[in-house]
Amino acid sequence: MSTRLPPIDVVLVGFGWTAAIMGHELTEAGLNVLALERGKFRDTVPDFATTHIQDELRYAVRRALFERPARETLSFRNTTDQTALPMRHLGSFLPASGVGGAGVHWNGQTWRFLPEDFVVRSHTIQRYGKNFIPADMTIQDWGVTYAELEPYYDRFEYLCGVSGQAGNVGGSIQPGGNPFEGPRQRGYPLPPLERSFMTEKFQAAATEAGFKPFPCPAANTSAAYKNPLGVQMGKCTYCGYCEWFACGNYSKASPQTTILPVLLAKKNFSYRTECDVTRVNLDASGKRATGVTYVDANGKEFEQPAQLVVLCAFAQHNVHLLLLSGIGKPYDPKANTGVVGRNYAYQITSAVDVFQDDVVNPFMGAGALGQAIDEFNGDNFDHGPEGFIGGGYIALWNTGGRPIDQQTQVPEGTPTWGSAWKRARAENYLSAMSIATHGSVMSFRDSYLDLDPTYRDIYGNPLLRMTFDFHDNEHKMSRFLTDKAALIAQAMKPRSMHKKYREGHYSIVPYQTTHNTGGAAMGNDPTTSVVNRYLQSWDVPNVFVLGSSVFPQNHGYNPTGTVGALAFWAAEAIRSKYLQAQGPLVQA
Amino acid sequence: MDPFVRCGIGPCDGTRDKAPLLPYMRRRQVLVAASSVALLGGVMATRSSLADNPARLPSPGASRSFEFFSPGEVSFIDAAVDRLIPSDALGPGAVEAGVTVFIDHQLQGPYGRAADWYMHGPWADGTPQQGYQRRRTPAEVYRAAIVAVDDHSRRSSNKVFAALDGNEQDELLHALEDGTLGLGDVSAETFFTLLWQNTQEGFFADPLYLGNRNFIGWKLIGYPGPRYNYDAAIRHYGERFPLPNVGLMGRDPSRQPTGLL
Repeated sequence: MSTRLPPIDVVLVGFGWTAAIMGHELTEAGLNVLALERGKFRDTVPDFATTHIQDELRYAVRRALFERPARETLSFRNTTDQTALPMRHLGSFLPASGVGGAGVHWNGQTWRFLPEDFVVRSHTIQRYGKNFIPADMTIQDWGVTYAELEPYYDRFEYLCGVSGQAGNVGGSIQPGGNPFEGPRQRGYPLPPLERSFMTEKFQAAATEAGFKPFPCPAANTSAAYKNPLGVQMGKCTYCGYCEWFACGNYSKASPQTTILPVLLAKKNFSYRTECDVTRVNLDASGKRATGVTYVDANGKEFEQPAQLVVLCAFAQHNVHLLLLSGIGKPYDPKANTGVVGRNYAYQITSAVDVFQDDVVNPFMGAGALGQAIDEFNGDNFDHGPEGFIGGGYIALWNTGGRPIDQQTQVPEGTPTWGSAWKRARAENYLSAMSIATHGSVMSFRDSYLDLDPTYRDIYGNPLLRMTFDFHDNEHKMSRFLTDKAALIAQAMKPRSMHKKYREGHYSIVPYQTTHNTGGAAMGNDPTTSVVNRYLQSWDVPNVFVLGSSVFPQNHGYNPTGTVGALAFWAAEAIRSKYLQAQGPLVQA
Repeated sequence: MDPFVRCGIGPCDGTRDKAPLLPYMRRRQVLVAASSVALLGGVMATRSSLADNPARLPSPGASRSFEFFSPGEVSFIDAAVDRLIPSDALGPGAVEAGVTVFIDHQLQGPYGRAADWYMHGPWADGTPQQGYQRRRTPAEVYRAAIVAVDDHSRRSSNKVFAALDGNEQDELLHALEDGTLGLGDVSAETFFTLLWQNTQEGFFADPLYLGNRNFIGWKLIGYPGPRYNYDAAIRHYGERFPLPNVGLMGRDPSRQPTGLL
């Protein structure tokens, strides 16, 4: 029996990046907003202090900042003819738990998608013809354009204090930046980070190989920065503990370092931690949400009535909640009907290890310290002869030198243990480098999310079931990217290199990226999307869905820049449109 | 004065960079004195959040005492990790770094009992892509596998694993790694994967967790430890970072310049 609480204007499910942005925007509009977070409260002081946060075993290996599968997990299979089994411990991706969400443990790699990415289906048909898209590939246009999102990308970058070099300001190509990026209204708020020896080596080699390298956009501060909310950040010290750690130096953008000092002081904002939302409640018509049900740390169930419900949890959790709540028609891959769970996608990554003799001190780094090339991303090159859709960037990231699980490269053929392995670790730790490829994953008819028929979570609800594998399109594309990365590696004149292609079936075991997308795709057609172009549910107009779950497919960049821009875009639509007439913003 | 000196690839013996550091060190005395207080505070903060730490902290003052392994299991693990990361011409190995004690403490804690893992049935083998699908926790895998490997070794050589010579131990470890050794209902590959992963953890984790003793692992590869600030150092291309190792509990006692602390 749940306890019914006093109603509130807006309830946010989750309290990470998107909830912090939405919370700030809607409290500015005068609404009373409540965030419900399943994890604990955490802040720079005392939780992220540099005297204990740089602990590889605790945070990177034992996964202290992430969700615990004992509490929440999903089941997984490659294909529909297999039986999905639970992901028993974390591996391939690392969803967060706790205030700040993945914004606490990310690297800060803050990209914009390309203008063509937002219209990938119509653009592909226009340039290559309809037959170029494989029959089982379900890519679609986003329903929002790059030009429409540009002001919101800008807002997110200035919120975060992104360090970078613009490549295209208002159509004018800037030297040293990414010449392939969409036009931006102005440069980045901060100049690029320091260049390390290994990123300098990439710069020289990529230039020699005929490419146009540029510094990766970084939500790590190259200088002290006060953002438009008046929140102060400090200069990054290159300690090398961004990825999977929290920053103790106010140098990596997170909700804690950019929004919370302002948001938490507001009288019309509140939050509750260790509150697990299990349902969005609907009225008898099924067309209107009445609020949410959640369970607190003592196992007590509460009903929180609200006028507006915004799903701000991690991608898969948003989809799980939609399915458990009966919002939108679940996707059926056999009949090819329904939308919720459709178009799940991921990222395909590979690397080329480079072995040379200069000391490059990998441990001096920052999560988004890197140099990249973008010649082979999106549709920046002619796909006709290649026979695949999509692409990715090629980068040398200098994120850190964690000795257990990060800077472990040894030349091909090294024994896996014993004295020879030990010698190879000693000889290569300070000098090995890896060039990474970061590839898009298109959506396909047989890659989707639904409810598992067998396995249950701690509340007795069915686990989310993920059915996903890499397709020929992605393998071809990734192989193409890896071979291009090898050209840069070769130009470094290494003593040896090792091309590590991503081959075979997708596996949930080794870490790849936490760029899980789709399942609640946005779009202009309610038969192929869960939310409209303003991220509003087609079926229940007082429910909005944020985060990468709305990506109709995944493109060749890290998703957070686009996730942040979409959060501002949806918040603006709620403030300027929805609050005036509380109904559908787009007629189906 | 530039604190940087060049030295070659491979383990730094720590003596070459002492002399040029002295002026820098004098300037640092004040900082060190102040930061020693901060460091103690940091350790206490770490301990105070023990309940949330899925890696397990040791009991204060613990040395080579065991909470999980029996004496026979200690001999097994000592022998195995000594083959995986041997003591050799390059320097001390896993046993000297305290890896056995490290694994013992991890297995006795939340990691050993798979406290964070989803451990509900129904159980099925699944595909390699679906990952770990066994009922046993890491601690249970070790306990069952050590018995099974020793049984196998007794049957074939009349000796337990720890009593075999080095080459015989290597052969057995390779058979575990390749999954060619049948151990009944214990997966040889699962055990080897855990053992090798935990061995590397114990060799390279912060000494806070009782492995990587005297920074043996970090000194081997040239990792200085979790230092906070490389703002100036990052521009010293091609130069080894000259300052002594630090861990979350403090500095390398063998590298303290006299007169400090």
